[in-house]
Amino acid sequence: MRKATDREPSKPDILSRLYVAGQTPKSLAAISNLKKICSEHLGGRYKIEVVDLLKNPALAKDHQILAIPTLVRQVPVPLRKIIGDLSNTEQVLVGLDVRSFEGTNRGAGKTSVGATRANR
Amino acid sequence: MATKSNRASARTRPNGVAPIEKALTGIRGLDDISAGGLPKGRTTIFCGGPGSGKTMLGIEFLVRGATDFNEPGVLLAFEESPEEITRNVASLRFDLNELAAKKKLYLDYISIDPGQIQETGDYDLDVLFIRIQHAVEAVHAKRVMLDTIEALFSNFSNQRILRAELRRLFAWLKQRGLTTVITAERGEGTLTREGLEEYVSDCVILLDHRVKDQIFVRHMRIVKYRGTQHGMDEYPFLIDENGMSILPVSALQLRHKVSQERVTTGVPALDEMMEGQGFFRGSSVLVSGAAGTGKTTLASAFADATCRRGERCLFIGFEESPAQVARNLRSVGIDLNHWVEKELLIHDAWRPTQFGLEMHLLRIHKLVEKWKPQAVVIDPISNLLTGTSQLEARSVMMRLVDFLKTAGITAILVDLTGRDTDLESTKLGVSSLADTWILLRDVEMNGERNRCIYVLKSRGMAHSNQVREFLITKRGVDLVPAYIGLEGVLTGSARIAQQAKELADAKQKEQEVQLKRLQANRKVLALEAQIAALQAEAAAQAELSEQIARQDSERAEQAQMDREEMLESRNAGRSRQRAGLISLRKAKP
Repeated sequence: MRKATDREPSKPDILSRLYVAGQTPKSLAAISNLKKICSEHLGGRYKIEVVDLLKNPALAKDHQILAIPTLVRQVPVPLRKIIGDLSNTEQVLVGLDVRSFEGTNRGAGKTSVGATRANR
Repeated sequence: MATKSNRASARTRPNGVAPIEKALTGIRGLDDISAGGLPKGRTTIFCGGPGSGKTMLGIEFLVRGATDFNEPGVLLAFEESPEEITRNVASLRFDLNELAAKKKLYLDYISIDPGQIQETGDYDLDVLFIRIQHAVEAVHAKRVMLDTIEALFSNFSNQRILRAELRRLFAWLKQRGLTTVITAERGEGTLTREGLEEYVSDCVILLDHRVKDQIFVRHMRIVKYRGTQHGMDEYPFLIDENGMSILPVSALQLRHKVSQERVTTGVPALDEMMEGQGFFRGSSVLVSGAAGTGKTTLASAFADATCRRGERCLFIGFEESPAQVARNLRSVGIDLNHWVEKELLIHDAWRPTQFGLEMHLLRIHKLVEKWKPQAVVIDPISNLLTGTSQLEARSVMMRLVDFLKTAGITAILVDLTGRDTDLESTKLGVSSLADTWILLRDVEMNGERNRCIYVLKSRGMAHSNQVREFLITKRGVDLVPAYIGLEGVLTGSARIAQQAKELADAKQKEQEVQLKRLQANRKVLALEAQIAALQAEAAAQAELSEQIARQDSERAEQAQMDREEMLESRNAGRSRQRAGLISLRKAKP
């Protein structure tokens, strides 16, 4: 499951991975919440990978995942983790540190930032 | 849940009692006090403060399970990485890497830095289940250890979710029949900091450590063990290079085998005092005495005699180094070194203050198990017990004596008593534990100090009641009967003087007798001489009388002849003369 912008699919500003375990209500809620937040606040500058640990349990060890669902921001560094069904948009944005990211990349993503503000 | 109820019903006996199945830990002593190990298929908590050894205990449970009972294990670590843990337990000779390579152990590490985590909305810890499941399947594990699951509490702010998830996890582990061990930090007023015992209550083992008299002692107590009997006391335990050992008071029942066989004491004269045969094999002998009374020498003589029979003797010193003991004993004609070379004498020594009492006991256990000696000498046991309470000392002594007796080992326990204390009230309070009690004491008299020995008691034999003088000569130990006179026991030069005096008296008496006999003999001789003289005189008198008689008859004959001559010459008057002659003859009677 991948989402990429039509603008620069090879170089997204935010790369995140969502870890789930099977099709549980919490997992499904997290996926839909994340999609919604990303499309509403991050415009086209993101890329999401959904990893199902039931299918690939060894990855849990490699990626140090414990809670389900867990969203991991891979890029930009540092790594950030958000756990839960992502039902609180504000907390997710804080967790992904979109604000500071916006601050440092103001020039690069003006349109999207404008869109984010408009939505708020 | 269906599986669980099936398992439960399968275990139920016709009488309705479901016995608790147990998983042996393989840890020395723990299986004894828990009456067979930890509850199988259930969860046990090891709780204790930092450094109490809970992680070590858990890992040993897994390692022994994997190596001794063919029950592979999973170690899920939350605090230390597998590399760290592997390194930590390498000192216990546990090679976790090797076990992992053999698929006997699966190490997993969960680390979360709370600073990186943002919580939003509902979540669960399914991954924990997935990871455990994955690990269990990878090695077909029967045992699981979670070290320390409480770390999760600092990682998740939503306690409600976490507690619910832990409850679910423990139920899940139980349902799968995994024998699980959880380590937990001890809390204030509670067994564990996060109250884990509320979820897991089948078995709780509390570990503790204290420093008493500057000596570190670990303790273990089974706080709770549902559905089974277990030891309730606090048991001291140790962690050393061979893992963990708990030393419960072994053999609560007194059922040692007894031997009729006798072994020499190494001193023939002392054997003589004990029916001429010495100690019973496997008995415990207490040798008490003040400093310098010859305890070590006596014990060494025994060790020497043991080795001479080709048996092995373990000599443990707490005062002198083996080299020093060997040198000192050479001066009394006992050569221990060559027994050491032949590995018949195992001579070890360490400082009594080196470790706590339990460690000493364990070290003795280990030496005995390694060398399997027929005799053990501990010199002196009293040093080991300094600074301990009478109760502790007694407990340790009892366990030691018990252990040696069970192994059929003849033990010489040297006990150094103070000079001013009553010799017969040994500080150790162990006199009743000893089968034979030999007392060495010194007697000060006439400006010298001499050693005395006596057998205070010796169970099962008619031992001598005599006090003997204990002599240490260049050719070993010897005993001589002490002289008992009006002023008490005479020893040393007083004894020698007394003996000399007796000898002189005897000689004098003998001389007197000889003199008297001589005088009598002389008198006899004199009388005999007198008799001879008288006899000679008698003979002379007899001779004389004969001579007189002879002379007389000669004279009478001469007179007759003279008369006849005269008659013939006259020729006349013969008839007259004849008649006269006749008348003369008639007159003669």
